[in-house]
Amino acid sequence: MRWGLDGVTVRFGSRVALADVTVPAEPSGVTVVVGGDGAGKSTCLRCLVGLVRPDEGRVSRPAKTRIGYVPATGGLYTDLTVEENLAFAASSYGVRGADVGAMLDRVGLAGARDRLGGRLSGGMQRKLSVGLALIHGPDLLVLDEPTTGVDPVSRMELWRLVSGAAAGGTAVVVATTYVNEAERGARAVLLDEGRVLASGSAAGIAAGVPGAVGRRAAGDGARPGDEWWRRGAGWRVWSPSGDLPEGTEAVRPDLHDAAIVAALAAERGTGGPSTGSTEE
Amino acid sequence: MLARTQEVSVRFGSFTAVRAVDMAVGPGEVVGLLGANGAGKTTLIRVLLGLLRPTAGRVRLLGSRPSLETRRSVGYVPQTLGLYSDMTVRENWAFAAAVFGRAGTRVPDDLRHWENDLVGGLSLGVARRVAFAVALSHEPRLLVLDEPTSGVGPLGAARLWQEIRQAADQGAGVLVTTHNMEEAEQCDRLYVMVAGRVEAEGTVAEVIGDRTVVEVRCADWMRAFQALDAHGLPVQAHGSVLRVPAPPSARDTVAGLLEHAGMDVTVRVRPAGLEEAFMAILDDSATARERTE
Repeated sequence: MRWGLDGVTVRFGSRVALADVTVPAEPSGVTVVVGGDGAGKSTCLRCLVGLVRPDEGRVSRPAKTRIGYVPATGGLYTDLTVEENLAFAASSYGVRGADVGAMLDRVGLAGARDRLGGRLSGGMQRKLSVGLALIHGPDLLVLDEPTTGVDPVSRMELWRLVSGAAAGGTAVVVATTYVNEAERGARAVLLDEGRVLASGSAAGIAAGVPGAVGRRAAGDGARPGDEWWRRGAGWRVWSPSGDLPEGTEAVRPDLHDAAIVAALAAERGTGGPSTGSTEE
Repeated sequence: MLARTQEVSVRFGSFTAVRAVDMAVGPGEVVGLLGANGAGKTTLIRVLLGLLRPTAGRVRLLGSRPSLETRRSVGYVPQTLGLYSDMTVRENWAFAAAVFGRAGTRVPDDLRHWENDLVGGLSLGVARRVAFAVALSHEPRLLVLDEPTSGVGPLGAARLWQEIRQAADQGAGVLVTTHNMEEAEQCDRLYVMVAGRVEAEGTVAEVIGDRTVVEVRCADWMRAFQALDAHGLPVQAHGSVLRVPAPPSARDTVAGLLEHAGMDVTVRVRPAGLEEAFMAILDDSATARERTE
């Protein structure tokens, strides 16, 4: 593992924010940290960039000046124009002769260069923030929920920026609440209440579901049991032993099923999908 | 049908927010309204709730024009949840019950654990469940939910869908407005709005139709990504697999471009996902508008 968190535990007073969490960050690769509100994603990222000290475990990262970080709150100057934001970020990092024009094209904001940061739409602000974090050509790019709440068009453009950075050799760590975005990276880490529920490639996590997952087509009334959940109009059920209830048909679990099984298994305190470094 | 719009248009001055939209929500179904920001989703919801009168067209909510009376049969959960954060769960519940003339009812069992907690201190998942329970407390016939599961994690989202589906199984119609593909995929039917128009409708499979992506696998995904990106193709990476939303005819172009650059690649045409189909619908709509303008 080049950079990342290795077995990190973080406590805030008596509260355990992260418990034995490992998040690898490899050059030319995207690691996607997936979890709901309060899962510990931001703490992970803040730990990785050096804003939070771990109580246990190891954190490795490049020198501060080689990191680009965008917190969930944005990180741009609302009272500077788009172009001024980029020029200012470049000078803050001590980059001489930064190609602000090229970055404007790369983030798709050339047409908005004279607009104030505060006057941009949410999606445009996120793209500008990523541009600010990329202006010095970092070795490690860390983005906290860049796609939350943005519309599908901006989401695709943001992922294109992320993949482009990785294709250029940067190690990227992205936090998201959307499970399907785990497929975007080479590796995913599913987090819940500060614990790792599953990690590995998206395909590896889906393939690592213990037992069996079944479906029942029509939905009617109350939930038959704790291991059942709705998927569209029908039901899904997880059987840890592999014996599916009568009237259900086995399905190959996808990442979405795997994430729910992992959370169910964690609730029961039994093993869910493998938490090792499952590779495809 | 519980709710229906026929040829509904809404103009604000010279700007047309909604153009001749026909849509309907029936009992027991979960219908998704999918669109980018500014597509007209919120305006259409405001029309359905009776908060805004359409410039043209007909709106029917439970068989009549939207009014205070029909409003009582609608449960609405905005993205901001519409709860009072400085009140407890029980106080929020009692307040809503009083408004809808159902004073004296108790907080549902599964939320009683948080009964005396301030809503402002709850996790997002629990707060969403409270908002949902409040919206359901007056047994509405139509539920309107704005991104009901965003931000809550897989198990939390599954629990919310359980409640949404249960309401539908009991006969309520549910309208979900979203730009979250995971939510859209949970719906029975979708309306896809672009620039005020419904540009596609049907089940997820029907909306995707026969749209395709050109999928690229090769040893050096980074080089392939850069080559396709530099060519202006809308390439998206999924791990080391690249996907370019495009018709099957684009296969040879993509393969040729990469082989010309000396790369050994496997290029295949695959069915598009919902998000990729959505992008294609947007493109088609933009092209059609350019042609007419």
